[in-house]
Amino acid sequence: MRKPDRKSIIEGHELRYEYLHYDDEGKVDSSYEALKGVDLDVKEGQFIAILGHNGSGKSTLARQLNALLIPTGGTLFVDGSDTRDESKVWLVRQAAGMVFQNPDNQIISSVVEEDVGFGPENMGVPTKEIWERVRKALTAVGMMEYRKSSPNRLSGGQKQRVAIAGVIAMRPKCIVLDEPTAMLDPGGRSEVVGTVRQLNREEGVTVILITHYMEEVIHADRVIVMDEGKVVMTGTPREIFSRVEDLKKIRLDVPQVTELAYMLKQSGVPLPDGILTIGELTEELGKLKGRK
Amino acid sequence: MLKDITLGQYYPGNSIIHRLDPRVKLMGTMVFIVSLFAFGSVSAYLLATLAIAVVVTTSKIPLKYILKGLKPVFVLMLITVLFNLFLTPGRTVWKFWKLSITAEGIRFAIHMAVRLTYLIIGSSILTFTTTPNSLTDGLETGLGFLNVFHVPVHEIAMMMSIALRFIPILMDETDKIMRAQEARGADFHSGGLIRRVKAMVPLLVPLFVSAFRRANDLALAMESRGYHGGAGRTKMKPLVYRRRDVAAYIAMAVYLILMILLKFFVKIPVNIL
Ligand SMILES: Nc1ncnc2c1ncn2[C@@H]1O[C@H](COP(=O)(O)OP(=O)(O)OP(=O)(O)O)[C@@H](O)[C@H]1O
Ligand SMILES: [Mg+2]
Repeated sequence: MRKPDRKSIIEGHELRYEYLHYDDEGKVDSSYEALKGVDLDVKEGQFIAILGHNGSGKSTLARQLNALLIPTGGTLFVDGSDTRDESKVWLVRQAAGMVFQNPDNQIISSVVEEDVGFGPENMGVPTKEIWERVRKALTAVGMMEYRKSSPNRLSGGQKQRVAIAGVIAMRPKCIVLDEPTAMLDPGGRSEVVGTVRQLNREEGVTVILITHYMEEVIHADRVIVMDEGKVVMTGTPREIFSRVEDLKKIRLDVPQVTELAYMLKQSGVPLPDGILTIGELTEELGKLKGRK
Repeated sequence: MLKDITLGQYYPGNSIIHRLDPRVKLMGTMVFIVSLFAFGSVSAYLLATLAIAVVVTTSKIPLKYILKGLKPVFVLMLITVLFNLFLTPGRTVWKFWKLSITAEGIRFAIHMAVRLTYLIIGSSILTFTTTPNSLTDGLETGLGFLNVFHVPVHEIAMMMSIALRFIPILMDETDKIMRAQEARGADFHSGGLIRRVKAMVPLLVPLFVSAFRRANDLALAMESRGYHGGAGRTKMKPLVYRRRDVAAYIAMAVYLILMILLKFFVKIPVNIL
């Protein structure tokens, strides 16, 4: 594992968020607490995955990290800036970039390279450096050859990679991806997850990946499981997926292989907990066979 | 069926006209249109014809393609011309039932026909040779002085470019919703106009819902990428005037001067028109 004494890039303490509904006269008529005291500590360079059933507050949490929502309780520091401090909003957004679920609704320009340049333009980066950043960002996600294309001609996975390039052109320390693969086919999903992992490993970008797909979680350094606005589990993927029963209680699945291994174990095959890949399973089964 | 509408059509090319700064082209189009209405004489139209012929030739856009652009507005033109023809008071030359054609009416109608045709040709050369993006850029930079009068130029340009990005997406979506509803028995193609319009209503609801969701998403995405209006923004592709742009401005000035000279010094007898 990585050095333990890394700097924290995101530190949330007792985070709360309450959605307010207003009636016709503009008075609050109901409220819904989507985050009920979340503690969060993400170190620089980590790959964090966040899991949770629909409505568990994942998106609400993600939007806090980008100062799109401001906590209604508790504190949140992103790269040392308090997100409640209005003067630091742009610093926060620059430190933690955000990729959303729908690839179409986050691409602003009708030319790929111009879209990637949008963030740096907003930051006031000089023209020459914008081009440099756009080139690097598009190369990093492998979309350089499409720089002159219209986003409408790209596949879902490609669009999402353009969206990622648009974020990394802002040179953030951290990228928050809110279900970036939910609308993609399996090919597009592995394209996007592959790109994200590569950015994490090679460029050292901190990644916070929110997802419904368990297979995308197994490479994370740490998994955070949310339910009803709270963090209910946290640990390495292996630790988390060893707790099949607990996950089922909060309506979450485990990767298919883990499920299979779990079922085999239930019916008497002596396998260890938390098997994550097909390779691991065949190896374990091979060992059993050798013993006989 | 919606794909047939080509919006802001661009005719790809690499001619000098294509490469001109969009501000120059916007200005040129404006000068041309104003000249049509300010100098209405045979000689002025001849000069305008010459000017447009030069531009079309250098732009390397086939004449046929340009004339095709006139087709959709032909009916509108016809109506305008007919109105002018029949409703201008003056010396009657021909009378049938309650309709009468006057000499002034004929003159007006011819003027209108020439002006409208040239107006459409002129502005379509602009859209044929300029990508929508650079057109918006040109508007934003070229009209930047309007900021002084509190016209939100940057915001309008941003709206235009977002519209250009989302029109194809929304059209696709309309097509999809139509097909989904057709599969369930809706009929958009038969019946009178009223029936067809009525059939479109259930289309609008899902379309609006989706458009608002997209708008909401996009606003979030723009905010998260640090967008906070035009102030303090830099440009990835700033507009820079080159020598050819200066030359084009000079050509425009020469055109205007010639127009003025024609007005005062060349008198072609009015009774031709
Ligand atoms: N704008 C809003 N106004 C009121 N309540 C909201 C709003 N947005 C979300 N909520 C509520 O807050 C809770 C958490 O929502 P959130 O979007 O964070 O969940 P999520 O974990 O991202 O779910 P999903 O997996 O569906 O994306 C949900 O119960 C939701 O209904
Ligand atoms: Mg969500």
